[in-house]
Amino acid sequence: MPEASPLAVGIATLVMVALNAYVVLGGADFGAGVWDLLARGPRAERQRAAIADGIGPIWEANHVWLIFVVVLLFSCFPPVYAHLSTVLHIPLTLMLVGVVLRGSAFTFRAYDSTDSPVQRQWGRIFAVSSTVTPVLLGMCVGANASGALAVPADGDFVTRYVAPWLSPFTVTIGLLGLAVFAFLAAVYLAVEITEPELQEDFRAMALRAAVAVALLALAGLWFGRGTFAEVTAALTGRPLTLLFQTLTAIAAVTTLVALWRRRYRVAQGAAILQVSGIVWGWGYAQYPALVPGVHTIGSAAAPAITLRLVAIGTAVGLVILLPSLAYLFRLFKAETTRPFVRVDTAEHPVPTPPRASR
Amino acid sequence: MSDLLAARGQMAMSLAFHIIFAVLGIGMPLLMVLAEREWMRTGETVWLDLAKRWAKGTAILFAIGAVSGTVLSFELGLLWPGFMEYAGAIIGMPFSLEGFAFFTEAIFLGVYLYGWNRLTPRAHWWSGVAVTVSGMISGVFVVLANAWMNAPTGFRLVDGRPVDIDPIAAMLNPAALPQALHLTLAAVAATGIAIAGISAVALRRDPTDLVHRAALRLALWVAVPASLLQVVSGDLSAKFLAEHQPVKLAAMEGHFETARGAALRIGGIPDEAASTTRYAIEIPRMLSVLAFGDPNAEVKGLEAVPRDEWPPVLITHLAFQVMVGLGTLMAFASLWVVVCWVRRRDVVEDRRLLTLLAWLMPAGFIAVEAGWVVTEVGRQPWIIHGVMRTADAVTPMPGLAAPFALFTLLYLFLGAVVCWLLWTQIVKGHAHA
Repeated sequence: MPEASPLAVGIATLVMVALNAYVVLGGADFGAGVWDLLARGPRAERQRAAIADGIGPIWEANHVWLIFVVVLLFSCFPPVYAHLSTVLHIPLTLMLVGVVLRGSAFTFRAYDSTDSPVQRQWGRIFAVSSTVTPVLLGMCVGANASGALAVPADGDFVTRYVAPWLSPFTVTIGLLGLAVFAFLAAVYLAVEITEPELQEDFRAMALRAAVAVALLALAGLWFGRGTFAEVTAALTGRPLTLLFQTLTAIAAVTTLVALWRRRYRVAQGAAILQVSGIVWGWGYAQYPALVPGVHTIGSAAAPAITLRLVAIGTAVGLVILLPSLAYLFRLFKAETTRPFVRVDTAEHPVPTPPRASR
Repeated sequence: MSDLLAARGQMAMSLAFHIIFAVLGIGMPLLMVLAEREWMRTGETVWLDLAKRWAKGTAILFAIGAVSGTVLSFELGLLWPGFMEYAGAIIGMPFSLEGFAFFTEAIFLGVYLYGWNRLTPRAHWWSGVAVTVSGMISGVFVVLANAWMNAPTGFRLVDGRPVDIDPIAAMLNPAALPQALHLTLAAVAATGIAIAGISAVALRRDPTDLVHRAALRLALWVAVPASLLQVVSGDLSAKFLAEHQPVKLAAMEGHFETARGAALRIGGIPDEAASTTRYAIEIPRMLSVLAFGDPNAEVKGLEAVPRDEWPPVLITHLAFQVMVGLGTLMAFASLWVVVCWVRRRDVVEDRRLLTLLAWLMPAGFIAVEAGWVVTEVGRQPWIIHGVMRTADAVTPMPGLAAPFALFTLLYLFLGAVVCWLLWTQIVKGHAHA
């Protein structure tokens, strides 16, 4: 097995950072769609409106993290990308259908002001695809983590293209992903919303989702036991693993306590830490394997020159990207009291333009 | 249907769908910021109205462009894992940079669309400029990756594997400049002509409509120079092809026999079996002039390579005729507009010009699709010109007709919805302004 260069490990770490950002930012957008689907009771329409406002200005940017993960994988670890997209062809294709329907339905609903029954249909498509897509994504991650993607080249169709990603374990991880996303969304919405009634609603949602996350995480450990020796062994055999698990646990308890005591900012920070802890715990557990049983960081890495150039390109890109992102979030997330409006509904604040007033 | 054909069908359909939104994603933000600029300069609300309408259109188009682009970034692997495993390390560079450009575009589009009452007009306008510039850059990077498939450089082949990889050289391949220029100009021209066409239809009915007068003026500002420059850029592409992809050029021209002083064929039906092109109008020596700038230059014909390296000649030739024909019409209309401008004549009063512009409304997009067919079908049977065959890159996964059917239905549905939305929300909206 070829030794991984520090540069290759660095890029693999970057993939994890991007994935982490996607889960924490894009994941919450999916989760918001889940709550749109589950909105019930007298305040359902107000909940839906708050959800749409919460993700409106930022969702396009949040979902670019996924493209970033894909691009880093195929430039820097091409065999991994080729292998994953061959074996996971079916769930990835279905996930893409979800991505397409979700993104377009959200926009159609926003800009189609003709009549409300049509808008409700778009809302339903948005909500359902927001719920199905994360499950498929989670199943793919679960399939990879479990080591099931080391498929024989001569197996039949089911052995090669279905069995690796369809098992009790992958379904559990898929549902865990969904619960995590819904949990994040509810916590964020509780922070952003100013109306006390809605805030209580989102708090209740967050608490319910937290319970679901805990139960599914336990189920994941149960189904993952024994079947996938490598992951289990890694989970218990490395010093840092314990650290990740402890941090995740502490963050989880902090989130719950903060939610209980209505300290929403604290809950948000702790929830992000908790979810990031799960992501990095998984990444560290399968290190240095990228596809357990098939490719490691060392065996799949592109030539050093490609890695170096992508690293430089990323560094330069981040110089533009990070301030822009900070600007976007400061503009729409930092102060929640001042409303913002979409372009077509906006009354422009300055009736006389600069030149004409001079 | 064979799996290879289904995979090609799905890729072609996905690209044909996405390219419309990619092109509008470059052209619409440009018009949007120009309109807002005019509003800031003159204070006339008609410009503000236009900027807002076009921004709304941009929002819808961008969302569909973003999701269909995400689909493509996955389909590269889902359909062509052999290609990505081979080429990922060589052409990952432009894709990574594209990722950043696209990210910036998405961020500032959010700022622009939702920031009307949170920003000063100046800051708001600059966020629109950021959308326009990053959209253009992102388009260019994607085209650079495609250009490499036409002119693969930046590596050496040893035992069929690429070694001595140089991603910078790969990115700056000989096709990079002609292709990037051609597509960027096409994007601006197609969008501008389409908007001009929509306004021309309205102005033929009511020449006093202020919103459409303003829209027509702005659209022509961008469409006219782009359509005229495209002629020069097309010539650059022809010279590139003559040198680097003579087989593609031969297929485009229906040119079978290698000859000195080759004639340019306009129209005609190539017959692959008989190795001849019938019913074409031939202009003697013109192909040699266009390809090499020399009436006696030798232009390679299809017969210079074995038949199993021929692209589908009929499709390539016809698509090329469509692209050039429509491009010529657009350039002609643009010249006509220039004549009006020079004579200080109001374009709106020239009813014959308005009629031509109205008919040309979809011309740019049809030309873009045809051009894309020329470059992709004309490269067959290769996925990487002269290096890897498309058949060797396809996924081993069977039953590819299923995802092909699935995405075709999905995109037909989305396409219909987008057309309907743009019609009801943007085009018809003009009437109330």
